[in-house]
Amino acid sequence: MRHSLIMGRIAAVVAALAATPALAQDAPKIDGADTAFMIVATALVLMMTLPGLALFYSGMVRKKNVLATMAQSLIATAIVSLLWIGVAYSLTFSGDGAYIGDAARVMLKGVGMDTVSPLATTIPEILFMAYQMTFAVITCALVGGSVAERMKFSAFILFCVVWLFIVYVPSAHWVWGGGFLQKMGLLDFAGGTVVHINAGIAGLVCALVLGNRVGFGRENLSPFDLSLAVVGTGLLWVGWFGFNGGSALGANSRAVFAIVATHLAACAGALVWSGLEWLQRGKPSVLGVISGAVAGLGTITPASGYVLPWQGVVIGLIAGAVCYWFCTVAKHKFRYDDTLDVFGVHGVGGIMGTLLAGVFATRAVTASESTPGVAGLLEGDPHQLVVQAIGVGVTVVWCVIGTLITLKIVSLFATLRVNSDDEREGLDIALHGEALHQ
Amino acid sequence: MKLISAIIKPFKLDEVRDILTALGAHGMTASEVKGYGRQKGHTEIYRGAEYMISFLPKIKIEVAITDDLADQVVEAIRKAAYTGQIGDGKIFVTPLERALRIRTGETDDDAL
Repeated sequence: MRHSLIMGRIAAVVAALAATPALAQDAPKIDGADTAFMIVATALVLMMTLPGLALFYSGMVRKKNVLATMAQSLIATAIVSLLWIGVAYSLTFSGDGAYIGDAARVMLKGVGMDTVSPLATTIPEILFMAYQMTFAVITCALVGGSVAERMKFSAFILFCVVWLFIVYVPSAHWVWGGGFLQKMGLLDFAGGTVVHINAGIAGLVCALVLGNRVGFGRENLSPFDLSLAVVGTGLLWVGWFGFNGGSALGANSRAVFAIVATHLAACAGALVWSGLEWLQRGKPSVLGVISGAVAGLGTITPASGYVLPWQGVVIGLIAGAVCYWFCTVAKHKFRYDDTLDVFGVHGVGGIMGTLLAGVFATRAVTASESTPGVAGLLEGDPHQLVVQAIGVGVTVVWCVIGTLITLKIVSLFATLRVNSDDEREGLDIALHGEALHQ
Repeated sequence: MKLISAIIKPFKLDEVRDILTALGAHGMTASEVKGYGRQKGHTEIYRGAEYMISFLPKIKIEVAITDDLADQVVEAIRKAAYTGQIGDGKIFVTPLERALRIRTGETDDDAL
């Protein structure tokens, strides 16, 4: 996305100069193919949350919490979408402040039929806004996986409202909206820092603040129906083509390269995770296959538009092994209850992927008509890896601080966690008055 | 009269029913139950978390039968439910004092 954004900024300058009639022909022009592709990509990314993440998550919780877990994905979509259109989009993608955008696009002010964002010059601005909206939606919905089976619905709603503005909006502005990390040259094609590190770290912080589930480590907390999680993974996997491919912001070769690398990373991650299980446990579990696939998908995300397809395989292999260790060994060793392994899969994957983008960035892939491209460590330039490490560090630190502040604010208005009786009864009945029946 | 209760593996239900029908047992009741014996359940592993599943799904069948058929029925159930693996189940035989068909009022052997 970064190079497209740089090209977009150049185009914006050209557009600004187009005040004179002689230059009017250089104004950005909406492209039909790009627009069609980005409409599909937007739908694919929304499909990742509804129904992809809803199914993926709800299949891994106990039967008494299935509806409550789906409710988190649903409400995150509803509330974040409205906030995005109202204020968040403007603060993220309008203006060129180093730390935060401006209010020029509040309530979509100034967005007309022919308006084009300087960040994506060949599609209608409202489409760029909607596409970015789906990223904000899924990031907030992802966090819910860490606190599934114990966070109050009211608290989760407030969490989405506050966390969006304290963590997501600034972070997305720094990396994609012209902020200081983008100016520093951070490579994050489709959201290794903005989406996955933020969701994973926030999930871990929330899980630690709320505490472990009743019976964690002692009682049977096994999944209700892994077949739902498999279907959800399939929807996420396919939706990721819109997530990573769409981050090229146009129907072009970079989009296709990103999609192919994404698919290969998912395949490699699935194979490694289940292979390690086979070696260690004697049986490859279905949950292992889908966990490895999602780990591969999350890890390739920041690098997907900058690397060669075969490097996607390498990234997927690393993702499968490292995320496997975090989810099956580290989590139990340190006894934190990240319910659905949001940190172990997305947080760890996002950190690795962002760093690996600095290793595998390939000049020939990152180059565009207006920029020479970026070489990673593998092409002999260690500088980009340093930039990536700074990006990871800044994102992690701010996400920890911002999430703690968010939880403090939310706790002033709502109890974060259900009481233990409600937790034992199940959140479906306790919070929603509904239940799955035979 | 005897009441024969048998705990069997769920996938053996059809074989047991067929053989009892052939023997002349006119009816049976089957229930989905959960339990454990010497097998002590099994272990499931999810992302490294191990859970002991003590109560395994089983089928409990109940057959009321005349005294003269009891031994044959017990043996037939044993053969039909046998796999040789741990967890094949158990058969219990208890004396049955009375039986009554609700529709006709017939009692004991006539009611079976």
